[in-house]
Amino acid sequence: MSKSEMIQSDIGSVLTAEEIAEIDAELAHIPYRSGAAIDALKIIQAKRGWVSDECLQAIARHLEMSAEELEGVATFYNLIYRRPVGEKVILFCDSVSCWIGGCDDIKDKISNTLGVDYGETTADNSYTLLPVPCLGACDRAPVMMVGDDLVTHLDEKKIKQLFGKTKKGSTN
Amino acid sequence: MEKVLTRNIGIEQRPTDLKAYEANGGYQGLRKAMSSMSPEDCQAVVSDSSLRGRGGAGFPTGMKWSFVPSDDKCTPGHKYLVCNADEMEPGTFKDRLLMECDPHQLIEGMILSAYTIGADISYIFIRGEYLVAIQRLRDALQECYAAGLLGDNILGSGYSLEMYVHPSAGRYICGEETALINALEGKRANPRAKPPFPQVSGLWGRPTIVNNVETLCNIPHIIDRGADWFKTLGVGEDAGTKLFGVSGKVNNPGCWELPMGTPIREIIEEHAGGMRDGYQLKGFLPGGGSTDFLTAEHLDLAMDYNVIGAAGSRMGTGTMIILDDRTCPVGMVLNLIRFFAHESCGFCTPCRDGLPWSRQVLQDIEEGRGQPEDLETLAYQVKYIGAIGNTHCALAPGAMEPLQSALKYFYDDFKQHISSGRCPYH
Repeated sequence: MSKSEMIQSDIGSVLTAEEIAEIDAELAHIPYRSGAAIDALKIIQAKRGWVSDECLQAIARHLEMSAEELEGVATFYNLIYRRPVGEKVILFCDSVSCWIGGCDDIKDKISNTLGVDYGETTADNSYTLLPVPCLGACDRAPVMMVGDDLVTHLDEKKIKQLFGKTKKGSTN
Repeated sequence: MEKVLTRNIGIEQRPTDLKAYEANGGYQGLRKAMSSMSPEDCQAVVSDSSLRGRGGAGFPTGMKWSFVPSDDKCTPGHKYLVCNADEMEPGTFKDRLLMECDPHQLIEGMILSAYTIGADISYIFIRGEYLVAIQRLRDALQECYAAGLLGDNILGSGYSLEMYVHPSAGRYICGEETALINALEGKRANPRAKPPFPQVSGLWGRPTIVNNVETLCNIPHIIDRGADWFKTLGVGEDAGTKLFGVSGKVNNPGCWELPMGTPIREIIEEHAGGMRDGYQLKGFLPGGGSTDFLTAEHLDLAMDYNVIGAAGSRMGTGTMIILDDRTCPVGMVLNLIRFFAHESCGFCTPCRDGLPWSRQVLQDIEEGRGQPEDLETLAYQVKYIGAIGNTHCALAPGAMEPLQSALKYFYDDFKQHISSGRCPYH
């Protein structure tokens, strides 16, 4: 399919009925359609892990806004992914309290164990490593999130326990 | 001291559900207001209480609310109350505790606040990463709707309110109230020009109040027990209690509810257990990453807004970050400026281009490539990026606070990096 055909393709052929229903539920308490832009991006990402060009264009059409405007919104926010991510995203806190707590060394340990740097995904697609601003658990620094779980008091032993068995190497 | 905000926290391992919250006096303030107080009565009590915003700016809450136009002074339509639960100030970890452990306290505070300003729709704008808090708040909201504490005709009063949890897609600038409103509208979170202020034209162009989590958590207690009681809680100039926190190389990092005006030394030495063996206190940021450094000479100051302000810093969020003598002050400021540069919304030049410039100069100094004239460059940046009025919002001036105070208190460290061509802490 050419790019222009893809843009013209019916929204329903890209987004599932369930996804459209969830977006429409958000629209119920929002005065105009583009107001649901962030909600819609998050709904699609929750189902698919990330927001592809095809999905972004379909959402934009559904919300009656330009794809360019929606792209401006999508790329503004830290937690909207415009590239595929692994099964779990590691959100690694690199803010001040974790930095004082030695997070730079922990990050190196993660990178060495998994063979990935920030923005990269492991070869087996288990993890994508990303930096994140302060996670609000500074009394338990250094901390990170692995998928939905907050992991605190990070040290080298904990990194080895968590990731020691993951196949090392990056896909990108 | 009587625990107010944290009275339900730590009693049980699990968070308080509706039953447990009500058993310990919860929703008494709401019942009182719904049965016997007008919105004007509530406004008067909150104004009298001298409560100041706990998100960092310390603006008097009652005064903020008083700018919302009454129904006869604005066109018909919705009014909104928004809880700013986008806790993202580096080194701040107080609102997470309040939401994870006692979600109903926040909800009760929001219902009362919404009632006072005449709002019919409310949002909890919460960090997307706070998954536990998001789930517990949603569970608590469900309990409230089922019990008639939210929705139509709350407790038979005739007052109706809808409440939604809105997880953020993640940007520090969303903590700025007009940027938050843009994010809620599905837009890029660029701050808006003020005026008009959100109280007059906020979410969807309608009157809107944005308050911090901890601020709102105070409201049920103020309504239930009165302004005079609230004012007796502080031991200094300011009213009420506050969640104070300490992180860094102390024995017992944590977050405690203490009277407003508690001396810094008591917080660091008694509650945080003092510095760990082998570490000395070199300085500290009193209230998050965008506050000026203070040093050991300030330890006997009271944690009151004006006292910390007079010492050249800000109380901010009240969560302190300790700089110890084995941690490099240049590296610490570099970490902070890197954060602020990344989180700039990109709207205005001093912030978008100025902060990366500061980051580059600091990185050069930290990595041993610094030149003597770099110190003049940093001072120049502080002067022009840090001046309120040169930027669209307070992000860049806030970023300059730790830098300007580091240059003041740790100037020798900067000079030593440059003269020896390396970081002396490594």
